[in-house]
Amino acid sequence: MRPTSEAELCEAIRDAGGPLRVRGGGTRDIGLPVAGEVLETGGLSGIVDYEPGALTLVVRAGTPMAEIEPVLAAEGQALSFEPMDHRALLGTDGAPTIGGVVAGNVSGPRRVSHAGACRDSLLGVRFVDGRGRVIRNGGRVMKNVTGYDLTKLMAGARGSLGVLTEVSLKVLPRPEAAATVVLSGLDDARAVAAMSAALGSPFEVSGAAHDAEARLTRLRVEGLAGSVAYRARRLAELLSPFGQAELIEEAATVAGTWTAIRDVTDFAGRDGDVWRLALRPSRAAALAARAEPRAARYDWGGGLVWLLMDPGTDLRARTGSFDGHATLVRASQATRAALAVFPPQPASVAALTAGLKATFDPRGILNPGEMI
Amino acid sequence: MQMPDPDSRVLSRKAQIVERLRAVLPDAAVISDPVETRAYECDALAAYRCPPLAVVLPSTTQEVAAALALCHAEGVPVVPRGAGTSLAGGALPTADCVILGTARMTEVLEVSYPDRIIRVQSGRTNLSVTGAVEGDGFFYAPDPSSQLACAIAGNIAMNSGGAHCLKYGVTTNNLLGVTMVLMDGTIVELGGAAMDAGGLDLLGLICGSEGQLGVVTEATLRILPKPEGARPVLMGYDSSEVAGQVVSDIIRAGLLPVAIEFMDRPCIEATEAFAKAGYPMCEALLIVEVEGSPAEIDEQLGLITQIARRHDPVELREATDADEAARIWLGRKSAFGAMGQINDYICLDGTIPVSQLPFVLRRIAEMAADYGLGVANVFHAGDGNMHPLILYDANGGELDKAEALGADILRLCVEVGGCLTGEHGVGIEKRDLMEVQFGPDDLEAQMAVKDVFDPAWLLNPAKVFPLAASAGRRMAAE
Repeated sequence: MRPTSEAELCEAIRDAGGPLRVRGGGTRDIGLPVAGEVLETGGLSGIVDYEPGALTLVVRAGTPMAEIEPVLAAEGQALSFEPMDHRALLGTDGAPTIGGVVAGNVSGPRRVSHAGACRDSLLGVRFVDGRGRVIRNGGRVMKNVTGYDLTKLMAGARGSLGVLTEVSLKVLPRPEAAATVVLSGLDDARAVAAMSAALGSPFEVSGAAHDAEARLTRLRVEGLAGSVAYRARRLAELLSPFGQAELIEEAATVAGTWTAIRDVTDFAGRDGDVWRLALRPSRAAALAARAEPRAARYDWGGGLVWLLMDPGTDLRARTGSFDGHATLVRASQATRAALAVFPPQPASVAALTAGLKATFDPRGILNPGEMI
Repeated sequence: MQMPDPDSRVLSRKAQIVERLRAVLPDAAVISDPVETRAYECDALAAYRCPPLAVVLPSTTQEVAAALALCHAEGVPVVPRGAGTSLAGGALPTADCVILGTARMTEVLEVSYPDRIIRVQSGRTNLSVTGAVEGDGFFYAPDPSSQLACAIAGNIAMNSGGAHCLKYGVTTNNLLGVTMVLMDGTIVELGGAAMDAGGLDLLGLICGSEGQLGVVTEATLRILPKPEGARPVLMGYDSSEVAGQVVSDIIRAGLLPVAIEFMDRPCIEATEAFAKAGYPMCEALLIVEVEGSPAEIDEQLGLITQIARRHDPVELREATDADEAARIWLGRKSAFGAMGQINDYICLDGTIPVSQLPFVLRRIAEMAADYGLGVANVFHAGDGNMHPLILYDANGGELDKAEALGADILRLCVEVGGCLTGEHGVGIEKRDLMEVQFGPDDLEAQMAVKDVFDPAWLLNPAKVFPLAASAGRRMAAE
């Protein structure tokens, strides 16, 4: 099914006789497989309203990212949460859509800065719930506390509560300049300590990542050219206890580095399961060590850890419970079914989740079993 | 504003309910003397008052759970209260309710600079969260004007903002985890120190739910390193259209100031009389603040003043030292106090698309003239969050008229693509206007969420939703 209007989508959901597999570009095959008829959102496409002077974009959910990005770039703006492109890592093809980005709350290295996660840029949504009703929430203004924030609830719900038809997003100016400060030879714990020192400084670090194999720790600063040069220099001074820093200012190199970090391309094509851990930076190195991975990559200053594991390994059993959670992002269908892709929830939270699912999708037809 | 009639079955059992609360809480945590409960009869929307049945002031999550479980079993409505600074009546009691105040839960539970988080009990004031970390060069970003008094619990309930949220976001963007108690006494942990939570974003749903889904007892907040410095520039213009254009041009130029504040002539005149900040007498005044090192500030202010000059300002004043910076902010920060000196006022909080600013300001002036009331405007221009202050004489019986004008202004905000409230919350104040912004299905979906968290509709039940829309649910619960 490929509805071309919100009304057609309502009808399709109301008339559905069984489960529906909601699909944007189909590039983020992460959860458990959904046995059901494919419902594509690609027919709901196009920019509805873009106001560069107000930093706001309203766009239909099925619009490809590749259509949105140049429109913003032409005005010197961008989606500040730099969403990851999962295609290389997962070996998928297709065109990622903004709806898929929002449904997965997909956020890149800038999560550590004031730009925040995808959900922090999301101003409003329209969606069709499992009853076939159009629900509006939020709006297209920057500040809005009118009623409950169902907008946040939809970010990361992976289509399990409703099918997004339109999203409003805050956009930000593209930085005029960017630089990477690189430290070499640090072990994981020292690298996280260096990143914490950088992120605890006033120099507005907008990316902090560590490659545990190459032992390269990278810090990004962005903004006006003069300011970037100043902050990169001050950062290198601040980090001198961790070694002599190298400064990279060539624009294409800096951009390429952070795109690769964002997309975890280092693990693309390498054999093994890929796990994603969100956790306290101060516990990251010890926890990663306990997991005995084939390889590790740190982002968000250590708040996000990507682990390449032996196929079929139960990472959660190795780490034990911790302040954070682990998601199995890439593995065989058998491993996904055996280990659960999404982190298990305490009973009280699971009960609320089930209650919300039953409210928005009482027949349980939207992506059943994928996440909820 | 109407409130539902109190449940006579609850009122008649007051002595028994208080006794049972005393049985599960420390003695000093239960207040039932009518003289003392008077202190809780209203919040900062002081036109509406009603003493509660009783007040409980628990000190721990366990005590909150015990109090809620008991009220749940007894069928007693509960109204959570932070510091009582809500401008929307979010903490207004009903005669049959127990007020659950967070005032005694003020501990700092953990500070971790490597993880850039602080965990506090929710009754702690906003400013004292920053106070706990500023000695080490950190701060908590959301800064509502009431930050000296307001509690984190209320900030979370209302998803509070502040002057600096253009850059740093509002409460929901700086909240990583909560411990929360549901109406039936169930303790729930959501999120934590990690930068995202697994599963549905229940934390995002809780933030801004106005104390209707659960009572937050502890919160993990993001703390940020303090910038090296900050400096404001003040500019005055002959028309609000031009000032609006300046705001838009600054944003389009790729600059991201931490704050862009706007004041109109009535507001400038009132604050000048009160605070004598030396503001120019003009139609529109902007205060733009940027952050960074001295050189970075110079770089940004250079670009901003260039834009400002292009639009022919009547005044352009850059702060060169801390003293001048303080004087630039003085008038803005005393604006609300100054208006309070000369008038009673209602402070509105609608948000509009920035491009609609000149039109909306013009319409507000016309509407105010039709009502024969004065309106002063002071607001966060960068994000379109307006704060029209409707001036009226409470003793002259003008409240109804002022509220009617307020409702018209908020309808206008929605008509131009904005919303009823940007940072104060709906409470009782905007409750009956929700149908202007939302359709029946939109409201039904929100109320159905409350059904999941609080099926008996006992938690702050008469807020947020139009009374008629929520009546079926509230009655069924009785």
